Amino acid sequence: MREADIQAKAVGQVLETAEELRWKIGQDIHEELVEKIYQDAAGIADRVVTRISDESKNSNRFLDSLVTNRITGIPIMIILLTIILWITVIGANYPSSWLSELFLGVVHPFLKGISDKMSLLWWLDGFLLDGIYLATAWVISVMLPPMAIFFPLFTLLEDFGYLPRVAFNLDNFFKKTGAHGKQALSMVMGFGCNAAGIVSTRIIDSPRERLLAIITNNFSLCNGRWPTQILLASIFLGNLVPPYLMSFISAASVVLVALLGILLTLALNWVLSKTLLSGELSTFSLELPPYRPPRIWQTIYTSLIDRTLIVLWRAVVFAVPAGAIIWLSANINIGGKTAAEHLIDFLNPLGLILGMNGVILVAYIFAIPANEIVIPTILMLTVLTTGAGSLSQGAGVMFELDSASATGKILVNGGWTTLTAINVMIFSLIHNPCSTTIYTIFRETGSKKWTLVATIIPLLMGFFITFLITQVWWLVDLLIG
Amino acid sequence: MKNHKLYIEKNKEKFDYVIALAGNPNTGKSTVFNNLTGLHQHTGNWPGKTVTRAVGLFDHGGKRFKVVDLPGTYSLLAVSEDEILARDFIIFGRPDVTVIVVDATCLERNLNLVIQVLQITDCAVVDLNLMDEARRNNLKINHSKLSKLLGVPVVPTSARYNEGMEDLIAVIHQVAEKKIICRPFQMDLEIPALNHAINQLEVKVRKVYPELPNAKWVALRLLDGDPGIIDAFRNDEFREVALDFDGLDGAG
Repeated sequence: MREADIQAKAVGQVLETAEELRWKIGQDIHEELVEKIYQDAAGIADRVVTRISDESKNSNRFLDSLVTNRITGIPIMIILLTIILWITVIGANYPSSWLSELFLGVVHPFLKGISDKMSLLWWLDGFLLDGIYLATAWVISVMLPPMAIFFPLFTLLEDFGYLPRVAFNLDNFFKKTGAHGKQALSMVMGFGCNAAGIVSTRIIDSPRERLLAIITNNFSLCNGRWPTQILLASIFLGNLVPPYLMSFISAASVVLVALLGILLTLALNWVLSKTLLSGELSTFSLELPPYRPPRIWQTIYTSLIDRTLIVLWRAVVFAVPAGAIIWLSANINIGGKTAAEHLIDFLNPLGLILGMNGVILVAYIFAIPANEIVIPTILMLTVLTTGAGSLSQGAGVMFELDSASATGKILVNGGWTTLTAINVMIFSLIHNPCSTTIYTIFRETGSKKWTLVATIIPLLMGFFITFLITQVWWLVDLLIG
Repeated sequence: MKNHKLYIEKNKEKFDYVIALAGNPNTGKSTVFNNLTGLHQHTGNWPGKTVTRAVGLFDHGGKRFKVVDLPGTYSLLAVSEDEILARDFIIFGRPDVTVIVVDATCLERNLNLVIQVLQITDCAVVDLNLMDEARRNNLKINHSKLSKLLGVPVVPTSARYNEGMEDLIAVIHQVAEKKIICRPFQMDLEIPALNHAINQLEVKVRKVYPELPNAKWVALRLLDGDPGIIDAFRNDEFREVALDFDGLDGAG
């Protein structure tokens, strides 16, 4: 026999002997082993550790008694999250406007000047500067500041040790819907950016539960969608109440939308657990680490690099082609109308059934790369179709206005009503994930099928819910008016 | 699962020694890793944070060390992906030194893993981390006594504040170069029938792989019916481990 065969035989014999001995001994070897290890560990620790005084971890227990309390636990969570969101919104306003000023107000005209001197062909100038550059600049100035604030804040909270408590509090809800408690964490992460939320689902071991977390992550209202929510809420909903209530109502409606997102997360968990993704719950043992003072500067630094910049880079990569397509669609004329207008007309019937319109749907198609550009694109397309030319800077040039009321005027001119605004707010919450997220889902799951599922389900739900809202609205309108 | 082979390439041009970082979750392992390698992998304060394998380098005393941050595990006996990965790396990746990062505030629980690791390898160093927290919780730990009992060096550190890292690196270096010889604590199962069986099996294992340093541990795992080890044994994966020790005097 060859040496390899001799070896194989010997190996086989050893395994057989092991098997025999195992049966012969009969006792539970594993239990004995584990017990002995514990005993030895205890023995050694006993001889080596001395406790100087009897003070146990008082501050930890006290904090935990508040934070994981049945009554105060969840309100505290909601308050903390609201505070973080609020700081992010307020804090991001200034850098956002500086960046827009810089990119749009200074660099853009500058680049235009250069292209003028170079006598660049009008379509190349438009394509590069108005399409690609603008889209990218937009994404950066709108996306970067909130992410640069939310992620470090969130990470500081994480560093402090609070997040396992969130998982602890929400575990029951998630378990009842067939998901894993850790999904609470990826869900919260999704409020910063859904792509980052998807990556954070790695903490969930079971593939089934991980998929649940991935598919539902889209219902966490990401940073890119808040501006849309806030703007529409203040224009169309704030309008309905006396001025002193305006900002409160606007803020409250956004929080409501966010909470709706959480509800939908749980609901979809439940539905999927009963249908596509049925299976067993895995066990979840969670260690609540002690609270630790966060290392502020280090955390800010690492979170900026690890999370903010990486997500931003991906967004930029997808914004470039988006800007190109948007500009092209508004400048390529086919049979008397621009390509954009053709699309708008085609989708208008569907849009109206859903309580929106063709412009909105087309904008959402164009905004697949980044939710931030929805409003600017809507404005551009509305102006294109209604011909309010004085406010725009040319066909295919996205823009945003400083005052909410000016924006409101354009939209109303384009046929918007309160119903439209509500539906867009809802649709903004419930539609397909942005392309960065879709790409991330594919990278994380390695499965085309599930990526498709994760993309289509929210979209279909969005259509369904906006349709429902529209019908109910019209019904009520009919009954009352 | 055969990814550990990636780390086995002892490409001497790139590095001299391989250091594995093991330990319970949330012991500051990744902080230690960052301190050693100067990388800035994000470390967060909740268990289960390391979800990808981190690999880094540092230089000391003219030698280059490659550090592999293993996922945190409570034990090496169960069958979760993390634990299999950590264990497979320690046994098949054959690091030159295994550093076990231990939380000084709950030593007893952490020692479970330490004891298990010491059954597999005897080139180990215990990093007694979170000493700042131990102090804050009024705990005092006699680390030299611990070192004697365990049979391996024990270095107290506060990785968060970068304390003790110099000593740790120096000790790692010495163990890697066999300037410090470890004689790890050996567990005694105290059941004659069991011990007899283990010895019997150990002899048989040694017949197949004479140079295998932790034959006793392998025998124990086979006896326990450990599926991963049984498979590895059947597929002759222990041959390389044995070969690696062939010709080394006094090792293991």
